[in-house]
Amino acid sequence: MTPRAGEPQLAPSGTIRPEGKGRPGWHRRASSRSRHVGWILFFLLPSGIPLLLFTFLPMVSSAWVSLHEWNLISPMKWVGLDNYAHLLTDPGTRRVFANTIFYIVGYFPLVYIGGLGLAIVLNRKLAGRSFFRAAYFLPVVTSWVVVALVWQWLLNPSNGLINQILGFFNLYEPGWWTDPAWAMPSVILASAWKDLGFVMVILLAGLQTIPHELYEAARIDGASGWKVFRHVTLPLLSPATFFVVVISLINGFQVFDQVYVMTGGGPAGASQVVVGEIYELTFRYGRAGEASALSWLLFLVILAVTVIQIRGQRRWVHYA
Amino acid sequence: MVRQRPTRFTTAGAAVGGLALVLAACSQGSATRSEDTSDAAGESATIRYMNFSANDGNEENLDEIVAAFEEAHDGIEVEVETYPFDEYFTVLQTAVAGGTVADTFELNYENFVTYAENGSLAPLDDIDGSAYQDSLLEAFNRDGAQYGVPTSFSNVVLFYNETLFEEAGVDPPTDEWTWEDEREAAEQLTDADAGIWGDYQPVSFHEFYKTLAQAGGEFLDDDASEARFNSPEGVRAATWLVEKSGTSMPTEADGAGTPDFDSDLFADGKLAMWHTGIWMFGAMADVDFEWDVVVEPGDAEKASAMFANGAVVSESTEHPEAAQAWIDFLAASDVTTQVRLDASWELPPVADESKLSDYLDVTPPDNRQAVLDSLDNVVLPPVIERQQEMQDIVTEELESAAAGRKSVEDALDDAEERVNALL
Repeated sequence: MTPRAGEPQLAPSGTIRPEGKGRPGWHRRASSRSRHVGWILFFLLPSGIPLLLFTFLPMVSSAWVSLHEWNLISPMKWVGLDNYAHLLTDPGTRRVFANTIFYIVGYFPLVYIGGLGLAIVLNRKLAGRSFFRAAYFLPVVTSWVVVALVWQWLLNPSNGLINQILGFFNLYEPGWWTDPAWAMPSVILASAWKDLGFVMVILLAGLQTIPHELYEAARIDGASGWKVFRHVTLPLLSPATFFVVVISLINGFQVFDQVYVMTGGGPAGASQVVVGEIYELTFRYGRAGEASALSWLLFLVILAVTVIQIRGQRRWVHYA
Repeated sequence: MVRQRPTRFTTAGAAVGGLALVLAACSQGSATRSEDTSDAAGESATIRYMNFSANDGNEENLDEIVAAFEEAHDGIEVEVETYPFDEYFTVLQTAVAGGTVADTFELNYENFVTYAENGSLAPLDDIDGSAYQDSLLEAFNRDGAQYGVPTSFSNVVLFYNETLFEEAGVDPPTDEWTWEDEREAAEQLTDADAGIWGDYQPVSFHEFYKTLAQAGGEFLDDDASEARFNSPEGVRAATWLVEKSGTSMPTEADGAGTPDFDSDLFADGKLAMWHTGIWMFGAMADVDFEWDVVVEPGDAEKASAMFANGAVVSESTEHPEAAQAWIDFLAASDVTTQVRLDASWELPPVADESKLSDYLDVTPPDNRQAVLDSLDNVVLPPVIERQQEMQDIVTEELESAAAGRKSVEDALDDAEERVNALL
């Protein structure tokens, strides 16, 4: 029998031991459970109310709006699932999802490999290590508008710094954000640069949890640098990597700010992404119903991708 | 014509917009209105007024009109909220949706139809129509009901830098010029090494519908059920717009189309000819070179764009009478007319043209008569319910042609198909 809280416990000798001095009295009473719940709810209020008002209610109402035609001003008109049907057959929807996936595919390897490299370098005992860690983290806490404007200037096709350097070496000078083929790569470059520090910090923390003994053991067994990295570092870093993958994919599907500021989705829609389309549909074209439906499609896609990742993690994530 | 060009706005704006949508969804119809002590029947009331046209230089002029109104109407106070044009219609849309819209607000002709149709405007009674130019008053009438009064209008003329023309030994433009004359002069004046460009005309919906009319074409059929711009005239107009890019006009990669690019270029004395609105008169008053304006060159015909702004009363106001008194004063009072003329703040919509005579006396530019002459051949933009989408489609397709990604013919084919889908 497991002793329950609040019940007097029988000591091995059979005598009844009094309750410990420090225990609060109300903990013992039978009606305490409901009191408990009351207090818990009370302390949850400050975060619970905003969550309810600004997350759950809008989610429910956007599901409702997605079944209507609504320009934000006139009364809503019931259209059932028409918005979803229209989106699923509209080539525009495919295009924005394709652009978003292109973004993720370009962005993730860059930011992960870059972040891992930085984390490994800055995990060593280097002079000025703290300075570099802070410096690489700085873009993460900088406003996207500022970063996007700076990159727009760096990538200016005619007088930007990057094309001037390329021109100096007689290399090909891309049209960057003015060229449909290069608009998304421009956004990817800026995004990877900005988020590098975030990935670095997560992986740095991951690296520091790997016990030293494992490295020592591996070395005694005669493992070379690459083998240590491949068989010790990478597997033990997998929980941190998993976190980075999940967060990056969710954020990647929701990419908006940098696209909005750098290219506005252009030229000719070449860099328009899902959230950008949701925004434009609602606030530019007054099609809030379709935009809500698109939000739910995006939600379902993110949910599916995340569930697959969590299922799949058993195969490759090793917790030490 | 930077004003028509929507620019991107900040994330903060998006967040606010998103919030407004959310609030609108949960609490449609509950409105935050001015807290007043009484109604408008002569006692005190506070009237809010949202507008875009005072932004960027005319805030004080609007304040002057407000002060004169408050003095003449004891007990009525006017609270002004001014937003940049680029953000105005997003702010307005969310304010209407969220029930927080001001008692009175400004609308332009293109957007008026949308708001009149969806029932967010209060019909105005007993407007003294004789004070206004008929065509302008008519612009704010829908199905026989007057929903707004015109407050100002403006048009587009050809600005030119006289100093550059003199230095290059090219004859300055006249009101009789055609596209051919403009093209020749633009090519002669362009000096890439010195960074001087001959011409600047935005590649956009607004320029296209106008040049289409200049070429003798039409944009939509009579009952707005089909696009008509994919015609030989359309190809001619679109070619005229896009061919300048990169030869006598800066390209997108040079920065064309970004806010203030064209006005900075002209103010720096590096642009010989510039198609833009008369609202730039004030901003260019103090540049250190000589400039003037002429009626825009035509092709088969002369045609000028006109932008009409009006003021309306929100359906949700608690003080309809005070609100109407305010917009009436704002639109047609002598104080307003004088303030607008003194500041060259667009043009007042008054019927009595003798009141405009002062406008012609202010310089620069010397040839202000061109502003009035342009009004002889006005062409208004085509207006449909899904206006913004139509404008964006046409601009996007023309930009593709200007950047050389599509031929002019393909761009118009695609634009026609996409616009027809909206009708």
